[in-house]
Amino acid sequence: MSLPATLDPPVPAPERTPSRTRRRDRGGTVLVLPALIPVAVLSVWPLLQGVYLAFTNTRAGQQGSSAFVGLRNFADLGSYGLFWQSFRIGLVWAVSVTVLQFLLALGLALLLNMRLRGAGFARVLALIPWAMPPVIIAIMWQLMYDPRSGPVNGILSALGVLDHNVNWLGDFSTALPAVVFVGVWVGMPATTVVLLAGLQSVDEEMLEAGAVDGAGTWRRFWHLTLPSIRPVVVAITTLDFIWSFNSFDLVYVLTAGGPGGKTMLPVLFAYNEAFKYGNFSLAAAMGVVIVVVIVALMLVYLRAQRRAT
Amino acid sequence: MTTIRRRTPGRVLSYVALAGYVVLLGFPLVWLLSTSFKTPRELASVSPSLLPDSFSLTNFRHAIEQQHLLRAGANSVLVAGCTTVLVLLVSIPASYALARYRSRLRGAAIGWILVSQVFPVILIVVPLFLILKQFGLIDSLVGLILVDLVWSLPFTLWMLQGYVAKIPTELEEAAATDGAGRLRTLVSVVFPLLLTGITATAMFAFVQSWNEFFFALVLIQDPKLNTLPLALARFVGQEGQVQLGPLAAGSLLSMIPSLAFFALMQRRLTSGLLAGAVKG
Repeated sequence: MSLPATLDPPVPAPERTPSRTRRRDRGGTVLVLPALIPVAVLSVWPLLQGVYLAFTNTRAGQQGSSAFVGLRNFADLGSYGLFWQSFRIGLVWAVSVTVLQFLLALGLALLLNMRLRGAGFARVLALIPWAMPPVIIAIMWQLMYDPRSGPVNGILSALGVLDHNVNWLGDFSTALPAVVFVGVWVGMPATTVVLLAGLQSVDEEMLEAGAVDGAGTWRRFWHLTLPSIRPVVVAITTLDFIWSFNSFDLVYVLTAGGPGGKTMLPVLFAYNEAFKYGNFSLAAAMGVVIVVVIVALMLVYLRAQRRAT
Repeated sequence: MTTIRRRTPGRVLSYVALAGYVVLLGFPLVWLLSTSFKTPRELASVSPSLLPDSFSLTNFRHAIEQQHLLRAGANSVLVAGCTTVLVLLVSIPASYALARYRSRLRGAAIGWILVSQVFPVILIVVPLFLILKQFGLIDSLVGLILVDLVWSLPFTLWMLQGYVAKIPTELEEAAATDGAGRLRTLVSVVFPLLLTGITATAMFAFVQSWNEFFFALVLIQDPKLNTLPLALARFVGQEGQVQLGPLAAGSLLSMIPSLAFFALMQRRLTSGLLAGAVKG
């Protein structure tokens, strides 16, 4: 293994006869097989079965076989007010997390891109929430929000914003905003890193030319920087939305959907339906509805973005 | 001069904003750390301070002595360790094939990798539960390991095949020209160059499985088989606010592997891949 080996002019690839290609392909298949089998058995097959379950009447602990019931589960869902309420909560959660995360992460990415002193420290710090398991993050924020000894109340009282201790996660009106805040805190690092990578690839000469032409900082940002990172922005906000809508661990540990269902995301709702009440097929139908809605929303969003460019 | 004067207030503001971000990101961590060292009496006080009055290890002892946390830690080591080994065994050959052979499988595999990143597990979890039940793998760490393996694979395959693709094929062709056989080339040319990628992949798989919560929650009901995230989450449910100190201490302890792995990985990933090839 030596340097010259890599510096030699590229050897023209040997002409591939059909038989050689076929042999290579077979070799590839053999190598992929050990990965393919578990994936097929434990994710592709369950996926197909999940869709099928939504059209049956399967329950937990059922003795006999389940029957095909057509669209009955979906009809039941249509009149299941609590589920749609949780859907609305899920949309509020996912949209606010995505938007706030984007704005905060963009701010941080711009600051990190300015090469301020201490930016390296901030960058490492920004990665930490990424390395933390959601369960621990939820526990940590329970300490933060603790109604009796939590620093959130302590700081806000000291600043004179609050005159009494608020039970952030237990109060009907504050639970969802409090959970959204944690969601933003968790997802900001990944979004920041992606946006920072986008910012670093912006053509600096173009920005300098803009400055020479008399464009101020804000106009350069709005007319030059932002349009250049637009594809990155669209990609990361799409992913953030899907990830937030699908997220389970954080809210499950923080509030378990409470108080009074105020933070009951659709995924939590479906989980309870399946594993608390045993309505397997109804939960599967909820899963199907969740997928369809997410895909539909994403198509609308991506099309709107494409038309805007 | 004018430009400098004009820029200074902006720069000061930038530092203020950066400091704000540092506090926002760092404060909760500092609080977790400080809570874990506080004595029960201090935790009960109405006006808590940021720094503990005295550094007490009571909470850590309490967290460790609580049998279930220790056992949960052992379960987590077992699950994450086995998952990592399996992930490597399966994804090293598969990622090599994905990067080098243009078969029809490649398109399907990459499509599946992308889809699985955005897939709502809620649709899969019920049938998965039923399938594992048929095999008697509910309430079994083996079942959990298999599930962790499958859900790590998309990302590890993606990661590793990227590392394989970066190894110039010329290196392999040169080795072949020098008379090395297929296997020999793989073992003594490709494998050493892939070590960085394999390390990173192993760490990723370990941390992913170490932190995994949702499938463990669904598949594991026997408290003896709790993994760490499960034990900590159930700890919250049971004891509530009374046990904040040990909970914080336990959380910190259970975070050590992921933080250590990420710290290591950061350094590992910055050292260039082909530096190894040139140095031999």
